[in-house]
Amino acid sequence: MTKLEELKKNLSEKFNTANFKFSHNFGDDVLEIPKDQIAPVLRYFREIGKFDFLMDICGVDYPARALRFDVVYHLFSSRDGSRLRMKAQVGEGDSVDSAIRIWRGADWFEREAFDMFGIKFSGHPNLRKILTHHQFVGHPLRKDYEADRQQACNETLPVHFDDTDSESGAILNENLVPINIGPSHPAMHGTLRVMAELDGETVVRASCEIGYLHRCFEKMAETHPYNQVIPYTDRLNYCSAPMNNVGYCKTVERLMGVEIPPKAQAMRVILCELSRVIDHIISVGTGGVDLGALTAFFHLFTYREKVYTLFEKLCGSRLTVAMTRVGGMAQDAPEGWFDDVLAFCKEMRAGVDEISKLMIDNKIFIKRTQGVCPVTAQEAISWGYTGPLLRASGVNLDLRKTAPYYGYDALNFEVPVGTSGDIYDRYLVRIEEMKQSIRIIEQVCKNPPGGDYTIRDKGIVLPEKKDVYGNIEGLMNHFMLVIKGLRPPPGEIYDATEAANGELGFYLVSDGSANPYRLKVRPPCFAIYQSFPHVVKGAMLADAIATVSSMNVIAGELDR
Amino acid sequence: MSVSSVITTTSKTRGQNQVHADELSRSFALTTRLDAIVAWGRKNALWPLPYGTACCGIELMSVMGPRYDLARFGAEVVRFSPRQADLLLVAGTITEKMAPVLVRIYEQMLEPKYVLSMGACASSGGFYRAYHVLQGCDKVVPVDVYVPGCPPTPEAVLDGIMSLQRMIATQQPRPWRDNWKNPYDQT
Repeated sequence: MTKLEELKKNLSEKFNTANFKFSHNFGDDVLEIPKDQIAPVLRYFREIGKFDFLMDICGVDYPARALRFDVVYHLFSSRDGSRLRMKAQVGEGDSVDSAIRIWRGADWFEREAFDMFGIKFSGHPNLRKILTHHQFVGHPLRKDYEADRQQACNETLPVHFDDTDSESGAILNENLVPINIGPSHPAMHGTLRVMAELDGETVVRASCEIGYLHRCFEKMAETHPYNQVIPYTDRLNYCSAPMNNVGYCKTVERLMGVEIPPKAQAMRVILCELSRVIDHIISVGTGGVDLGALTAFFHLFTYREKVYTLFEKLCGSRLTVAMTRVGGMAQDAPEGWFDDVLAFCKEMRAGVDEISKLMIDNKIFIKRTQGVCPVTAQEAISWGYTGPLLRASGVNLDLRKTAPYYGYDALNFEVPVGTSGDIYDRYLVRIEEMKQSIRIIEQVCKNPPGGDYTIRDKGIVLPEKKDVYGNIEGLMNHFMLVIKGLRPPPGEIYDATEAANGELGFYLVSDGSANPYRLKVRPPCFAIYQSFPHVVKGAMLADAIATVSSMNVIAGELDR
Repeated sequence: MSVSSVITTTSKTRGQNQVHADELSRSFALTTRLDAIVAWGRKNALWPLPYGTACCGIELMSVMGPRYDLARFGAEVVRFSPRQADLLLVAGTITEKMAPVLVRIYEQMLEPKYVLSMGACASSGGFYRAYHVLQGCDKVVPVDVYVPGCPPTPEAVLDGIMSLQRMIATQQPRPWRDNWKNPYDQT
């Protein structure tokens, strides 16, 4: 019995499944149900433990349809790694029951769907705009909103909090001190804004305002051909740009049914793991800076520069590399590159040991982080935590192990798991992950596979320059692919990779044209950061600052 | 203009005592114009406010970091308080939502103040011709130096800072700064 049949049997015991439509498309299980059944079914799944993670909620707009919106839920089970996509059709002005009482983590995802499409979620206590500014009129991801229609904003909102069921967030308590931190504040990394009410130094109430770096990635993806979206993905999590390239290309490749050659897989694994290392360098380094320890940052940046040099050798660019293409890599590795990577690994190994002495053995660092603002495993799952933060809370979930891709199952590495979910554990997990990543890179580099670095399908990959200039066939193929574009079959797919911050998912809807019809990113830190006001409640203000940096919120993927 | 080139030469019309005094002073002091020496001081002690919002902010870390080391140009004292800074480094995309914040920060800085726009997004919106992105931070603040790149290499940023230093040393007129008005001022 397949997973879908099992699901069908499960649901028919409890629900009238006459209106439910089960299907299996491009390897994903899909369940289409009427919108009033969404909340009961979600609750049922959660209660019986069929799916423990609500990964994503998003909307899709089909203006020609009577019920123009799809509300899409992505569920994940950490037990067996299975996934389910649930879809319901909603008309303009209709509302869906909010999932916030079932999964806390539905909060910001529903607000985003409201902001982008105008889909209403009844029962959501705080359904406001989240990414666009408060003077913005309209819903930008609807198909009838032009991508370049800007609307000016001429003021910032004063300090405000989330509405709860009992009280309004706009009314401040006059016995407490309201403070505003950011967006221009050293601990807020440039684009985050936290507002808090303090009793002495204790945070009584806090809230986050995001969207200061909302660069309309998803709208840009809809207006560009598939391969031109790759540079935009670089700028999602710019601390580890190649990982986003890989995540996006893997999604498109799966939709097209393309298997990339072993060499491309190996190169992608190396790039991903190098990115994981440099992402954790930023996280650990700036985490130290926010706590007043500048040395580790400067020290770690030396190693980051070395990785930049490796990237430059491979593609000429340092930070935003755009090195993958649909079907493989943009170019082959230069001679001796794998040996350079191996030499770096050796240096980095010593560097990580030094840093762990500097940071996690440091008495002040331990006192500032150990036992501070812990998050339990249940809370973390309910919020939709993934990646190092989830593992720090003691949940052993890593997509490289649960749903291996690119030969991760053949590689020898361990997944570090914390115990208490406090800030200290998060840094411990990150530092250990750096060591494991180095192990992975060494295994791949010692024996890199030969062969081609990309597939040679003329309808997908551009021919090499020597063919374009050298023979008529190459020239024609090049012309056709540039003019006609890469065209995946109509359909939709959700694919996820284990990025440095957690599960980076791409939900891609194709209508068979040269541009994606809809591309939704499931950014890991979006789910994590929404828990911030609850995590720091009752903590000291200085602990709240430490919490922000330990969450490693990257505005590029948070706001997109 | 360097300091040495503005040393005044002795006038032939002056008396003998004057010449003697000038020779005396030349042995242990130099004379210059007040504004030239002030400009020389300013250009070598820029205190930047790193307004890093996006990818360029990460490259800005490299500029400050050990390999490129902005300290060599006298601009390593990073200040997040606009009251203590005189160079606003706009590093990264400025969105419509962020623009009022940027203007407020700029207004809080004390004169003399300079703005360096780092990267394509800050200079023109870059490849984000999109509904929520300000098409260049010069729409709201007066920019002195634009550094191209997406993101610019640290060398390019250093070059931008050196250009700004030349502008300060030669006291180049800055009409964009003089004619600037707060775009959000209703009065």
